[in-house]
Amino acid sequence: MDNTKVVEINNLGITYHTLEEETEALKNINLDVYYNEIIGIVGPSGCGKSTLLSIISGLIKPTLGDVKVNGKKVDKPLDNAGYMFQKDQLFEWRNILDNVVIGLEIQGKSNDEAIERAKDLLHSYGLGDFIKSYPYQLSGGMRQRVSLIRTLLLEPNLLLLDEPFSALDYQTRLAISDEIGTILKKEKKTAIMVTHDIAEAISMSDRVVILSNRPGTIKKIFNIELTCSGDRTPLKCREAQEFRYYFNEIWKELDIHV
Amino acid sequence: MQVGLLILGLILWEIAANLKWIDPFIVSSPSRIWRLFLEYAKNGNLHYHIFVSVSETIVGFTLGTVLGLLISIGLWWSNYWAKVVDPYLVILNSLPKNALAPIIIIWVGAGYSGIIVSAITVSIVVSIMNMYRSFISTDGDKIRLLETFGASKFQILTKLVLPSSIPDLISTLKISIGLSWIGVITGEFLVSKAGIGYLIVYGSQVFKLDIVMMGIVILAALSAVMYKIMASIEKRVLKWTE
Repeated sequence: MDNTKVVEINNLGITYHTLEEETEALKNINLDVYYNEIIGIVGPSGCGKSTLLSIISGLIKPTLGDVKVNGKKVDKPLDNAGYMFQKDQLFEWRNILDNVVIGLEIQGKSNDEAIERAKDLLHSYGLGDFIKSYPYQLSGGMRQRVSLIRTLLLEPNLLLLDEPFSALDYQTRLAISDEIGTILKKEKKTAIMVTHDIAEAISMSDRVVILSNRPGTIKKIFNIELTCSGDRTPLKCREAQEFRYYFNEIWKELDIHV
Repeated sequence: MQVGLLILGLILWEIAANLKWIDPFIVSSPSRIWRLFLEYAKNGNLHYHIFVSVSETIVGFTLGTVLGLLISIGLWWSNYWAKVVDPYLVILNSLPKNALAPIIIIWVGAGYSGIIVSAITVSIVVSIMNMYRSFISTDGDKIRLLETFGASKFQILTKLVLPSSIPDLISTLKISIGLSWIGVITGEFLVSKAGIGYLIVYGSQVFKLDIVMMGIVILAALSAVMYKIMASIEKRVLKWTE
């Protein structure tokens, strides 16, 4: 693994104020993310996982501490980070090709060359026949793949994934997380992924960060080292013998009572 | 079946009038309307009346839509003004706008302009409310997505808010075309020298109810045609929906 730090989070905290009260959502977050690393963030619901992503991307300003991306302090929305949401957020009125180039269009980078690159990516990820289709004609898994390509086209060096598969059914979810995990590694991307699926976090990530209940602090970080035969892909990782161990440890750390 | 119902109704109407079950002088009959229609069409002033009303409606509808669209974009842009204007819109919405027609005609003038303004008045409030509601219901995550791309507010408007509101805009147009007709006919009832509304008022004043009935039939046909046009536009524009 490369030792370049892509994201540095220092003493980060955020407090929300309403008229009646203040809520401390995140506290004392310190985390470095290295190049080509995938970080999984898990934690009980409402612990500020998604808020953390929004702060890293510059959409929300922290109350305390700061975030540096590529050595630069984040004080406005990042233009070199790609965001993937729970839902694919495809624009229903645009065909698939027009959907993937929307980011380029916004940034004024849409030209013939970029559109060719978009077509190539769509072809190489099995969407070549759907370039002129509309989103409603695609399955959930295909739509999420389109949304990944839309993100990748902007050549982000950091990807922020906010429960990107949770709107999919279980089988699709396994297949698409395998695929996207493989793509992220192949394209040498750095990614931070929020999820509430422990198995998904273990299988896709190099490190899994456990957040505590509100105010969210980092409770523990697991280095995921799995012995897989051949290429390490998320699905194969699930067969590794250490998988169960990590699953149980993370489950214990999450300390969820219902 | 739908056409059958219409034909059955026309036949019953004709028979009832012929056999004097109902007084044809008051309720007219399809054949009398048809004869009158041919006569008026031959005289050459029927198409003029139709032309006047249709053009007033189209001009009123277009101006009302453009103005309504601009105002609702303004309200979307400025939360502050949206809040300020909100109660006025609610009250104006429940007010029967054709009550304003007499004042408008005095203010604006008793010609085409007065009639067009009354058409705009009737349709614009509903247009603004529907369009604005559609704009603010734009998916927040989609806005966030565009923000992560670094989109400006204007880009969010043109790339997301407007296109995602197209289905609602079209259904608003369907409503406001009908409302524009109400505005035009009300205006023509009050002051006019031509138009379908004029024909209807004239017919009732000289107690030739055939003319009134013909006016109504023509109105129904015209609204049906305009609705059909809107529906075909809708079909063409909305090819991206299921």
